[in-house]
Amino acid sequence: MMKVQFRQIGMTFGGTRVLDDINLSVTEGEFICLLGPSGCGKSTLLNIVGGFLTPTEGEVTIDGERVTAPDRRRIFVFQERGVFPWLTVNQNVGFGLVGAPKKERDERVAHYVNMVGLGGFESSYPRELSGGMKQRLEVARALAVNPDVLYLDEPFGALDSITRLQMRRELLRIWQAERKTILFVTHDIEESVQLADRVVVLSARPGRVRRIVDIDIPHPRDLSDPRYIQLRDEIFGEIGLAHQI
Amino acid sequence: MRTRFERVVLPLLAAAIVLLLWHGAVLWTKTKIFPSPAGVVKGIGQLAEKSLLWRYIGDSLFRVACGYLGAVFLGVPTGLLLGMSRRLARATNPLIQMLRPISPLAWMPLAVIWFGVSNLAPIFLIFLASFFPVVVSTMNGVRNVPPMYVQAGRNFGLSNRQLIARVVFPAVLPRILVGLRLAFGVAWLVLVAAEMIAVDSGLGYLIIDARNAGKRYDLVVGGMLLIGIIGLALDALMQRAEKLQFVKWAFRD
Repeated sequence: MMKVQFRQIGMTFGGTRVLDDINLSVTEGEFICLLGPSGCGKSTLLNIVGGFLTPTEGEVTIDGERVTAPDRRRIFVFQERGVFPWLTVNQNVGFGLVGAPKKERDERVAHYVNMVGLGGFESSYPRELSGGMKQRLEVARALAVNPDVLYLDEPFGALDSITRLQMRRELLRIWQAERKTILFVTHDIEESVQLADRVVVLSARPGRVRRIVDIDIPHPRDLSDPRYIQLRDEIFGEIGLAHQI
Repeated sequence: MRTRFERVVLPLLAAAIVLLLWHGAVLWTKTKIFPSPAGVVKGIGQLAEKSLLWRYIGDSLFRVACGYLGAVFLGVPTGLLLGMSRRLARATNPLIQMLRPISPLAWMPLAVIWFGVSNLAPIFLIFLASFFPVVVSTMNGVRNVPPMYVQAGRNFGLSNRQLIARVVFPAVLPRILVGLRLAFGVAWLVLVAAEMIAVDSGLGYLIIDARNAGKRYDLVVGGMLLIGIIGLALDALMQRAEKLQFVKWAFRD
């Protein structure tokens, strides 16, 4: 079923063309990576679909409704720094559930705290957590309000490479358990091939859709699978990089 | 963790040396006017016997509390408002920047004609002195709230009012606390001047009165030291607020 629809999105910031004629259809439950070099407008695109920015041309619809403002059915996850430092882990996860009955709220909070592996840290403050834990906390806060779409803006960019790998595995596990539609912005080619159902390759500014690559490898993905390497190298080629150093 | 030696012994040692130098200087110059440390303690003791001491301290604390708390209760919401509305800030900023550098002491004549011989005159001066630091630090705090927090708050469907209460206010609270501490320092600083007018009690009055009425320099110096010591104690108390869990994140341990 069609979930998110980008129609001829164009964006100009003070004379600078940032995005041009973006068309994309995302089906429900799909994991999409928006991949492109720094400054290609991929974060801008995510902010448009998140309702934080209005495009100069075109429109985004979700379930047929035009996006005009942020909505709690679609939660944006930032790079770990989006968690509220004045709240404990439990209070952060429960942030979007204030209207809910206490019992339900407590249950949901406990469920998602455990799901992201933060059991035992319920009363800790973000400053007492590692970068990876803060990132998981933010994902739990997003999931707790049961959104149908998650937007992730280079969520693992600030983490070390080992933690980043673990976080990808965690995210895939959660995605498979919760079946959310995910739009994930990254500039990391490997990351996009490891995670996505489809990788949307954007060109440098102004961002245009260069190509959409289907990643037809079942999860869990073997990173030495010839198909994985083939797809990865195709994208490297698409971006104009030889895969060697 | 600093050692006990650094925290307690060193400062006490430094104070002892200064007292010793002071005592020595009084002996060496054979001054009849300037008191020795022991003379100051004796003078304060006499005040305490007449139970004037506690009344003066109480009156001063009361005035500072009124003026300062008034500034906090008006200044924090004003600062929040100015921080959130760029247009309002633009409109009022020149006015604030113009009023701010005027010393509260310059307002003394006006305070007297407006409030007459009453507690209100010094309270007004203390209010003026602490109001602007509170407003400005709160306003700057709001402007420096990471946009991500606000964005996240909106994403969870918060109304403007909820956004202020649940995101903006807790995010600026550490900065507000720093501003409050700063403002308190200024309030305490103008106390002496504020009590030079319109009142006949308080630590500021004690200093002026001791000089005018009998050239009692032991009481002048005693009043100065009392203001310093009480100010230090209150500042230490305020600093402890920075250790509270919900603001601690913004301060280094």
